[in-house]
Amino acid sequence: MKRSLAFLTLSVAAFLLLAPVLVALLGATQPSEVIARGSMAWLPGGETARNLGEALTQGAGTAPVWRLLLNSAVMAAGIAAGKIVLSLLSAFALVYFRVRGRGIAFALIFLTLLLPVEVRIVPTYDVVVKMGLSDSMGGLILPLLASATGTLLLRQFMRDLPRELVDAARIDGAGPLAFFWHILLPLSRTSVAALGVVLFVYGWNQYLWPLLIVTRAELDTVIVAVVKMIGTGEAMSDWGAIMAAAILALLPPVIVVLALQRLFVRGLISAEK
Amino acid sequence: MSREAAAREPFGEAVLPWLLLAPQLAVTGIFFLWPAAWAFWQSFHISDAFGTSLIFVGLENYVLLAEDPLYRDAVVRSFVFASLVAGFALGVGVGLALLVENGARRKRVWQALLTWPYALAPATAGVLWLFLLHPSVGLIGTALVRADTGWDWRINGTQAFLLVVGIAAWKQVAYNFIFAFAALLALPRSLIEAAEMDGAGKARIAWSIQLPLIAPTLFFLIVVNLVYAFFDSFGLIHALTRGGPANATETLVYRAFVDGHVNHDLGRSAAQSVVLLVVVAALTLLQFRAMGRRP
Repeated sequence: MKRSLAFLTLSVAAFLLLAPVLVALLGATQPSEVIARGSMAWLPGGETARNLGEALTQGAGTAPVWRLLLNSAVMAAGIAAGKIVLSLLSAFALVYFRVRGRGIAFALIFLTLLLPVEVRIVPTYDVVVKMGLSDSMGGLILPLLASATGTLLLRQFMRDLPRELVDAARIDGAGPLAFFWHILLPLSRTSVAALGVVLFVYGWNQYLWPLLIVTRAELDTVIVAVVKMIGTGEAMSDWGAIMAAAILALLPPVIVVLALQRLFVRGLISAEK
Repeated sequence: MSREAAAREPFGEAVLPWLLLAPQLAVTGIFFLWPAAWAFWQSFHISDAFGTSLIFVGLENYVLLAEDPLYRDAVVRSFVFASLVAGFALGVGVGLALLVENGARRKRVWQALLTWPYALAPATAGVLWLFLLHPSVGLIGTALVRADTGWDWRINGTQAFLLVVGIAAWKQVAYNFIFAFAALLALPRSLIEAAEMDGAGKARIAWSIQLPLIAPTLFFLIVVNLVYAFFDSFGLIHALTRGGPANATETLVYRAFVDGHVNHDLGRSAAQSVVLLVVVAALTLLQFRAMGRRP
C-alpha cells in the first residue's frame, strides 16, 4: 500500500476518533441558549470562562464539578492503591511460601476473574447496604477490590525473578518481611506503576456501581454526574456548562494514558493477558 | 524438581503467608463469594407478599425467565449487539494497527492518536455523541432533521440500536488497536524482510504472515470484545437510550439492572445474575484457551 494512502486513512480514523471531543470543546465555548435553540455555530464562541466557571462552582443540577472531580480522584486512587497493596501481599505469599492450602487460596482469588462487577452488582448491592456502607467512599471502593488481575500480574512478575535474589537475601540473614521490603518492593516498582495506571483509569471510569451505591449528590463521581446533568436530554439543559463538565471528566484518565503511554501499554497487556 | 521448588518457595513460616493473604481473601469473601452465593440461593426463591420471608420455588424463576418474550428478545439482542460491536471494533482496530506498522512514519504519534479513547468511559462516549447527534441540539443531529431524514433515535428503535452499536464499537477500536499493534511489533523483523525479498507486497505480507502469526491475540481480542459489549456497554446505554425506545436497546445487563433496582424483583434478578454468570464463565474459559495457545 502506498504511504500516502496509509497516511490519508490514518488521518481520517484519527479525526473520527477525535471529532466528538472537538465538538464538545466547541460547545463549551458557546452560550447555552444558542445551543439549546439548535443553532450552534461551527466556530468557537466567547462563553468558555462562564461555562467552565458555572460547571466548576455550581454544577448543573448536581454537585459542583470540582467536588465531583475530587470524588472520582479519591475513588480511582483508592481502587488503584488498594488493589496494588492487596495484590503485592497476596502475590508475595503465593510465590515465596511453602504453605498448606495455598492451592485453595489461589483458586478462591482466581475465581473472581470469572465475574465482572456488572454481573454480581445486584447481590453485592444488598451486601454493601447491609454492612451500612452505602453512600460512603468505602462502599464505592471496597467491592471493586475483589479482583484477581493484579495478583496474577505480580505473581507472574515475582516468579520470573531470578532465584539467586532470595538465596542471597537468606544467606545475609534476611527474613521474609525484610526481603519483601528491601528487595522485592524496589524491584516491583515498574510493574506496580504500570498496574497503577491501568487501575486508575479503570476506577475513574466506573459507572454502574457508583450509580447504584451513591444517593447523595455530593458523593457522585464525575462520570455518573455528567450523565445526570443531561437527564432526559431536553433542550433546556445548560449545554455549555455540561460540555465543559464532560471535557473535565474525560481529561484526567486521557492525560494519564497519554503521558505514561509506554508504561500504560505494558501494564494493560500484562494485566489482561 | 524438589530443589527448584525449595528455591522458589524459600520461606517456611506457617502463619505469616496467611496474614499476607488475609486482606485479599477477606475482600474476595465478603464482596464476591458471599454475594454470588446469595444470588444463587435467591434465584430459587421468591419474596412473600409482605417481603419479609423467602419461599422456595425451585426453578420457577428460571422457567419464568425462559418463558418471558421480553427476556428472550433481550438474549437475542445482546448476542447480535455483541457480535456486531466485536466484529466492527476488531476489524477496524486490527486494520489500523497494520496500517501504522506497515505504512506509516512517526509510529508513536499515530499510536497516541489511536490509543487515547481507551481512557474514555463508555458513558462519557455516550454523552459526547449525544451532543453531536441530538435531533434538536446537535450539530449533525439538527442537520439530519433539516434534511428530512426522520432522524430521532428517541422514537426510532432501529436508529437507537444502530447508534448504540456504532458508539460502543467506536470506543473499543482503541483497545483492539493497542493489543494488535503490540502483537505486530513483537513479530521478528526477519520474517517480514524475508518475505519482502521474495517480492511479496505489503497486503500479501499482512494477510499471509502477520495476521496468522498474531492469531492468538486476535482470538483473545474476540473474547474480550464480547465481554466488553455485554457488560461495559451499560454506561453507554444508560446515558443514551435507557434501554429504549420500547426496549430496542435493552441488553441482558440492562434488564438485570431494571429488574433488580427499578422493579425490586429479587428472585427474578438473581436468576438473571446466575444466567449472566454462566455467560461470563463460558467466555472466560474460552479466553483461558486463548491464553494457553498464546506463544
